Amino acid sequence: MSLPARRLRAMLVKETWQILRDPSTILIAFVLPVILILIFGYALNLDTGRTRIGISQQDGGEAAVSLAGAFRQSPWFDVVATGDVPHLKDQLVAGTIRGIVAIPQDFSRQATRGGGAIEVITDGSQPNNAAFVASYAEGVRQNWAAARSARPAAAPPLDLTLRYWFNPGSISRYFLVPGAIAIVMTMIGSLLTALVLAREWERGTMEAIMATPLGMGELLVSKVVPYYVLGLGAMVTCTVVSLVLFGVPFRGTVLALLAISSCYLFCALGQGLMISALSRSQYVASQIALLAAFLPSLLLSGFIYEISSAPVWVQWVTRIVPARYLIPSLQTVFLAGDDWGLFLPDMGMMLLFGAVFFGITLAKTKRRVA
Amino acid sequence: MNRWLAFLVRCRAMIVKEMWAVLRDPRARIILVGPPIMQLVLFASAATLEVKNVDIGLLDLDNGPASREVVQQLAGSPNIRALVRLSSYADLAHAIDRREVLCAIVLPEGLSRDVAARKPASAGAVCDGRRSNSAQIMGGYLAQIVGRAGLALRGLPADTAPSGQSVVRHMFNPNLDFLVFVLPALVATVASISSLSVAGQSVARERELGSFDQLMVAPLRLSEILIGKMTPPLVVGLVNATLYLLIITLAFGEPLRGTLLGYYIATFFFLTANIGLGMTVSALAQTQQQAFLGIFLVAVPVNLLSGFAAPVDNMPLALRIIAQADPQKHMVVLMEGLFLKAMPMSTVLANTWPLMAISAVTLTVSTLLFRSRME
Repeated sequence: MSLPARRLRAMLVKETWQILRDPSTILIAFVLPVILILIFGYALNLDTGRTRIGISQQDGGEAAVSLAGAFRQSPWFDVVATGDVPHLKDQLVAGTIRGIVAIPQDFSRQATRGGGAIEVITDGSQPNNAAFVASYAEGVRQNWAAARSARPAAAPPLDLTLRYWFNPGSISRYFLVPGAIAIVMTMIGSLLTALVLAREWERGTMEAIMATPLGMGELLVSKVVPYYVLGLGAMVTCTVVSLVLFGVPFRGTVLALLAISSCYLFCALGQGLMISALSRSQYVASQIALLAAFLPSLLLSGFIYEISSAPVWVQWVTRIVPARYLIPSLQTVFLAGDDWGLFLPDMGMMLLFGAVFFGITLAKTKRRVA
Repeated sequence: MNRWLAFLVRCRAMIVKEMWAVLRDPRARIILVGPPIMQLVLFASAATLEVKNVDIGLLDLDNGPASREVVQQLAGSPNIRALVRLSSYADLAHAIDRREVLCAIVLPEGLSRDVAARKPASAGAVCDGRRSNSAQIMGGYLAQIVGRAGLALRGLPADTAPSGQSVVRHMFNPNLDFLVFVLPALVATVASISSLSVAGQSVARERELGSFDQLMVAPLRLSEILIGKMTPPLVVGLVNATLYLLIITLAFGEPLRGTLLGYYIATFFFLTANIGLGMTVSALAQTQQQAFLGIFLVAVPVNLLSGFAAPVDNMPLALRIIAQADPQKHMVVLMEGLFLKAMPMSTVLANTWPLMAISAVTLTVSTLLFRSRME
């Protein structure tokens, strides 16, 4: 074996031992992914279920009683409070209910004449839920009115049949779980790496390594490879858990998944190294990594919030968030199948970002030591 | 009296030392205040579940009055940026696969004929289920738009609902503006992450650098050390909370409808709860790296269970119970209440006591852990 190869091997062995010795790293690679997937699968549910509402029934007539009954039996609402509107509004302020349905005094009289208006008051502090309450309350009322009226409601002249490709049931879990994988890889790639190298700087062991004949490139490779393996391991853990536990479909190939993940890890590792080389302090590195890597990959990657809905300047900011290029490919490889025409441009962007990050790291390290 | 004076003097010395430890590094000073504010502004703009500016595909096989009406209605929608004309089903599949369009409408052959003959007609739409949430929202818009077009074609008024109506009023946020919801929730999110990480690093850093032993042999009581350790994250958190308040009220024009006292009471106990969590992690960690990873392990669930990303109401019962122990969950309720609902003091306090309880538990646990480490 040639000398550089032996040198590199020795460094790789050293770095790998350093990781394996610290139990917290293993915790991060295998326990955190499972916890994250569980939370993403169970807690991040964007599909609204039953909503708690209050009913203020101000009319004792037959129609009012019947309509209140329709709300109680609706699968969309849990009627947890009754009383007058001011009393229910206090509960709306406290957040114990999300909406109020008020059936006014002369409702039954109006209803017998073919009218009848109800009042729906929602908690606008949760806009999505408020829109849901408003439209489903009107739905309950319309169904109730249609069932009571003698003539059937006329069919609309033109309607729309909706189909959702790749995810016919529109299950939000299916697109959130691939997002969780992105978070885990960001965590290991950027955050952990930033911290590890910053520690070497802080303790002065970096200078010690630099005094050895080891080249800067070899040093970076030896630092990066073990974390790359760790990142892939976490990705596999995530994938297996999401397939087994949540039945998320996997329609692409393992090769595509590995290729996409590798490109992202290259980029994330580069970002981590760059943060550590620029900060050289674990404390500062940890803060920057959290702010520059973790939060953007959660909020600016298009994984929960649609990028096109954001203002134009924010859309430009998302272009420098590496996870933005990962999420579409990951969602595709899980839900749709291989589509290299979609993958390759995004993989190219991730590699480009990675190369820039590594370049900055190299330049910064050389200049500082010389 | 003398003992109290000595206690105060030692506390003061410890606080001065800790504040210096945090503020000494100029980069650290910037990091404590700059990024939290940037995040507030950036994420407030990004975090929206509305669907706007999307491209919609159109496969028009009808080419009649009905399709012209639908196209006209689609063009009038503020949520749609561009209508992409598709020439075939293969074209449609490609546009969806490549994510060029979020949804594509298919107007079948003979649609105009059916509408003119007063037969019930139906158009189709295909949406990208990989982005099922946005797709569902967009699908809802499209169904409304197509329905309206149908009514217009028959010359009917836009509202043909069965007799009667619902008069809807959205309290606190009449236009259901998402920003109004996001800003208060972000105060909780950003403050949580910054206070957790500052508190989490404090002891771990000393232990790694070896200065923790010095602290142990110094003539200080444990309580004095802990008060000193708690002060910097508390001060930083309160300063940031004040800045957030100024930005939200002045830059975003969103008033604080509740009381200022309520805002600071909520923030204070929210910070102590987070500091307790952070110090517990810090006491368990041997190195800064472990502390950081531990903080991350705590911060992610705390964040995701808070009801910011997805409503707590939608979670299964077990997670709803766990969420009760999440300080950020209570803080989100408090901030929404204080900013939007003019939450009265009694309700503020009713939502603050869980924060006090979490603070008491976490601070006690971290104290016990430190004590066992000292002996």
